[in-house]
Order: sequence, then C-alpha cells, then structure tokens
Amino acid sequence: MQSILIATVAVAIIGLLIGVLLVIVGNKFKVETDPREAAVREFLPGNNCGGCGYAGCDAMAAAIVAGEAPVSGCPVGGDPVAEQIANIMGVEAEEGEKKVAFVKCGGDCEHAVPKCNYIGIRDCASAMASSISPWKCDYGCLGFGSCAAACPFDAIHVINGVARVDSARCKACGKCITACPKHLIEFVPADAPHAVACSNKDRGPAVKKVCSSGCIGCRLCEKQCEAGAIKVENNVAHIDYEKCTGCGKCVEKCPAGAITKRKK
Amino acid sequence: MQTKTFKGGIHPAGHKELSKGHPVERYLPKGDLVFPTNQHIGKPARPIVQKGDKVLAGQIIAEADGFVSANVISSCSGTVKAVEERVTSAGTRALCIVVENDGQFTLAPGVGKTRHEGTLSNKDILDAVQAAGIIGLGGAGFPTHVKLSSKNPEGIDYIIANGSECEPYITCDDLLMQKENREIVEGIKLVLQLFPNAQGIIAIEDNKPEAIKAMEAVCAGEKQVSVQPVMAKYPEGGERNLISVVTGRDLRFGQLPADVGCIVCNVATLHAIYRAVFHSEPLMERYFTVSGNAIASPRTLCVRLGTNCSELIQAAGGIREGCTVKKVLFGGPMMGVALTTLDLPVNKNNNALTVLAEDDVELAQSQMTACIRCGRCAHACPIHLVPQLMAEAAQRKDYERYEKKLYGLDCIACGSCTYVCPAKRPLMQLFKQTKAAILAAKRK
Repeated sequence: MQSILIATVAVAIIGLLIGVLLVIVGNKFKVETDPREAAVREFLPGNNCGGCGYAGCDAMAAAIVAGEAPVSGCPVGGDPVAEQIANIMGVEAEEGEKKVAFVKCGGDCEHAVPKCNYIGIRDCASAMASSISPWKCDYGCLGFGSCAAACPFDAIHVINGVARVDSARCKACGKCITACPKHLIEFVPADAPHAVACSNKDRGPAVKKVCSSGCIGCRLCEKQCEAGAIKVENNVAHIDYEKCTGCGKCVEKCPAGAITKRKK
Repeated sequence: MQTKTFKGGIHPAGHKELSKGHPVERYLPKGDLVFPTNQHIGKPARPIVQKGDKVLAGQIIAEADGFVSANVISSCSGTVKAVEERVTSAGTRALCIVVENDGQFTLAPGVGKTRHEGTLSNKDILDAVQAAGIIGLGGAGFPTHVKLSSKNPEGIDYIIANGSECEPYITCDDLLMQKENREIVEGIKLVLQLFPNAQGIIAIEDNKPEAIKAMEAVCAGEKQVSVQPVMAKYPEGGERNLISVVTGRDLRFGQLPADVGCIVCNVATLHAIYRAVFHSEPLMERYFTVSGNAIASPRTLCVRLGTNCSELIQAAGGIREGCTVKKVLFGGPMMGVALTTLDLPVNKNNNALTVLAEDDVELAQSQMTACIRCGRCAHACPIHLVPQLMAEAAQRKDYERYEKKLYGLDCIACGSCTYVCPAKRPLMQLFKQTKAAILAAKRK
C-alpha cells in the first residue's frame, strides 16, 4: 500500500515539475504570432487554389498581415472577404472593383487570314520559339490555348481559333496574363460594356490584309467618344474605363468591328 | 580507309548529288535588295543611310553598334527605298534597309584595290575583317573579328577550317572548296598570322572527294596547313564534334573552342577574309545552294546578299512541273527553319534554300506515340546528352533539372534525336522552346 502511495506522489511531483518547466520554457521561447493572422485565415476561402500568387490561404494570410499583399488580394473571395479582412487589419478596403481577364484579339477563323499549316508542337510558347504563327497577323492570338491550360478556374477556352474568357468564371488571378507569350490578355472591369479586341500595332492597310476585324487606327472612335475615354496609341484604340460612360457610340462607329460589346 | 569520326550522330540521306553537278554561276539580282540589320549575333547594326540616299555596291549602309556587332554592306548600287521594320528569315521583325537596285552594280571607291602580303600587320587584318562585315558564314553568324581577337593568341594551337558540310542537300561549301581552293588556303594563312603557334587544318567529309583533292593540291607545298578527311556523318560540322574529331580534345559543358586552343571557321568565312584583306572587298556575295526535290534544276549559285528568295528559285529553273511545294526551308532539312513566305532576303549566314514536295514532319506527327524508352536518342546525341530525360523535364517545366542536372542548355539543336526516334516525338522542337524559355527567364 505504501509503495503505491510513494509512486503516486512521485509521479504527481514529477508531473507538476514538468508542468511548471513547460510553462516557463513556453513563455521564454514563445514564437510571436500575430493574432490577426489566424483571424484573417478564418475569412479566406480555404481551398488553397493559389490564385492570389501565394502557396495557399495560410501563406496569403501571413502575407496580408505582413503587409506584402493587399487586403483585397484574394481573387476568389472578392469584395465581401476583402471587407472582413480590412476590418481585422484596421484599414479601408479600397473599393475593389471586380475585374476579369480579356483577350485583346478578335481574329477568329472567320476574320483572321491563315498563313501556313502549322505542324509543330501545339503550344503558344513553342510556336513563338520557332517564330511561326498559323495566322498572318503577327500580334494576334495563336489559338493553341496556353492560357486555357494555365487557368485554374476553367474560365478560358479556345473558341473558333481564338481564346475567350468566360467572365462568370474568371476570378482575375492573372495566370493567363503571364502564360500568354503574345501579351494579349489584360484585366478589364467586370461590368465594362465594351472592349477593344485587337492588339495589332501595324497601320491600317497592313492590318486589313491580315484580319477583317482588326483595329485600323482610324480614330473614328476617338472622335465619337464624348467622354474622351478612347485614345489611339500605336495604331490601336485603348479605352480608359475610368472615363467610359458605356454609351456604345464607339461600337456603332467602328468600321472594322474591332470594338466589341461584352457579354455580361 | 576508315576516317576519323565522333561517337553518336546519324546518317541521313545526303541528296547532295541533286545540286552538285551543276556548274556554279554568278547570279545578279534584278529586283530590290533587302538588308536586315540583325544578321549577326550581337547588337543590330545602326543604319547610316536614309530613304532617298544613293548607295554603291560595297558601301557600308549600317554601322556596327559596339564591338560584338557587324557592318551591313550594300551588295548593289541604287537608291535606298526604305528603312523599315520587316519580317526576316528568323520569323521576327527587324529593321531592314531596302535598296532599289539600278542593275549597274557600280562599285564603291576603294573596293577591289589589291593589297600585298608582307606589308600587313595583325591590326590591318582585323580591321579589314571588321570593316568588311564578316560573320560566321556557316550559320551561327558570330562576328568574325570578335572570334579572331583572342586575348591569348599564343594559346591557340589549331585553326580548323570547317568544310565538312554535313547537312543534307547543301553543296555550297563543297563547290567553294573545289573552285576557290587557293583563296581559302590564303585565308587560313591570314588567320594563322594572328595566331603564331597555330596550325591550320581543313576538315572535309569523305563524301566530297573532289573537294579533298582540290584542297590537297593547294596544301601540298604548305607547312602549316593540311587537309584532314573526316567521316561523312551528321552533325560532323558541329564545332564541338569537329574539334574532338580533328584534335582529340573534348570540350566540357560550357567550354568554348578557344578554351581548348582551337578556333573553328567555316571555309566560306575564310574565303571572305581573303577577299576582304587582299582585295578590299566587303562581304557582298556568297555561295548559296537552291535544292530540294521540288526544284526543276537544283544548283549552287554565287548570289549577292540581300537577293529575294523567290528570284533565286526562278534562277534555279523554278518549281518542277507538276510539283506542289509542301515545305520551304532556309538551310537544310535537319537544322533549317521553315518559311511562311518567299519574300525574304538572303542573309550573310544563310547557305541554302531547300524546297520540298513532301513534308515528312507532318507525316511523323500523325504517327506520334508515347516514348518507349528505347534510348536511341541518347545513342544518337553527338554531345552525349540524354534527350529522353530532357524531354521529360521539359514537359514538366522542371527547368532547374533541365539546366543543372541534364545540361539541356548545351543542346546544339541538331535534331539527331528527333531523326532516330521510333515514337516520332518532336524532341528537338521541345528543346528549342525550353532553351528559349530558360534564357528568357534568365534575362528578366
């Protein structure tokens, strides 16, 4: 009976000592973590898609708290998540306008003029490396879908020879922008009523030879726009969406049909 | 007699007989001539003429911009029609000078003035080479004056004249060696003057007996220059292989020929050096083969640089009757680049136009299967890489492994692996793309 008592007391004392030691060590060598990190992580969607450019939601939360990433950095969560995170971080969430990717080329099989029967590897970067394009236009979409392969949300598809973004699915993660070797993809506001679907920097006559929907740089749209939102630079029209009122006069006047109405 | 060769390589059908028999004629262009400013490796040349200027044959129309760059010389007389961006044979856009040809080919003053040996200092030779805008005429297009301005001229033991010409269909170097043998040897001797301890060796594949005979005849009395026949095998003419075959020295990965005491020059380059130094004649002409089974009368021509390709096809009898052209290549079928238009000028480093009536690549692509890991590509690789593993890494985009473990950046894109692959996989195309992607990432 006595031996049992001794053992119990000994174990209890050892347990107490270890407990005290652990508390002391725990306090002494504590790793400082920002409580906000866990809170931010709480509001992130948690599917670790990597669309923000970080390794996953944990890494993103750490980056937001460290001030490396913007509070509206999660492309999947959008505005509601950005607002919550902004509350935690004590900053104003910039009025994060929802953006989507847009392919600045309208040269599909009906409009663009084919150049050759390309038989190399069906990949945009590969075609660029051999400097051979299946289309006569040197600036347009090659249509091999490197962007579609890069999209984690299945939002880009090559339709009729040219890549098209499904705005409803696009989370504006920007992976297609880096994947496109022709630098044809850019963000536009999700509610942008129209966009210029051409990137050809050649002069009008040269464009007309290679594509029937190419911007010929005629500046009709520039003259039409009452808000002064369209500028023609390097023979291609650019729309400034801050100024654009969405009146649609440019779409009506464009002789080449290079400015297109976007499906909502 | 068994001739020297290297390990690996392939034996594609040569088809050299097509263009070999026809005597070499000089072809004077009738249409406009186009001179891209980026024909060489290095910084593009800077145009020094404007639209409307009169130019003469042999006149510098674009100046070298920096040391690693080369002059661009007009090969005809006439008026500058435009200085504009155009698509070149590389498929990209570059600043080009378009000269409206007056058909007279009036020479610029000073061109053709003969100079005599014995009075030439090393600087004279290098200056003449630089002024003449000479670049490696075998294909790479590296400015020759840079190659010859070695920091350690005593350390060079061998000057190898590359007359192997292993690419199928092409016969321009072969015929150049037969016709201009004396000039080539004089060119080697000029280069040897720059490198006091060096010895000149002319390497020629043994499928060119006439060229070997012609060169041996001139080398007979020479102490420093000799002819070395090598086995006809592709890619015998690759710099790395040629050095190993001729001297027995192997280049390690990342080494340059000068690191093992060798300098390799194409025979056409040496010929151009001779013309530039002794005759003050800048690089205006070159031997150029127009061949392929879709050409009516394949031949090698002596053409003016800047001549339009469609004109050259006409000069070779045009397209064979009843033939549909499937593929046109600048260069030969192994390393040549497919063209999408014939409206292109001949550049300094273009040596042939191959016009084919069938497209084997298209056929191969329709038969492509998965890699069966037979390892034939590794046997064929002339620089002892393992294309099968490289392709795997390239497809996974594992560039770290591709570059550091598999030495993929040393691939010379000869296409031997693709030629032997029984699964018909586009290996070389993949390596070219991967190399471009890695180099682009490094530049950032």
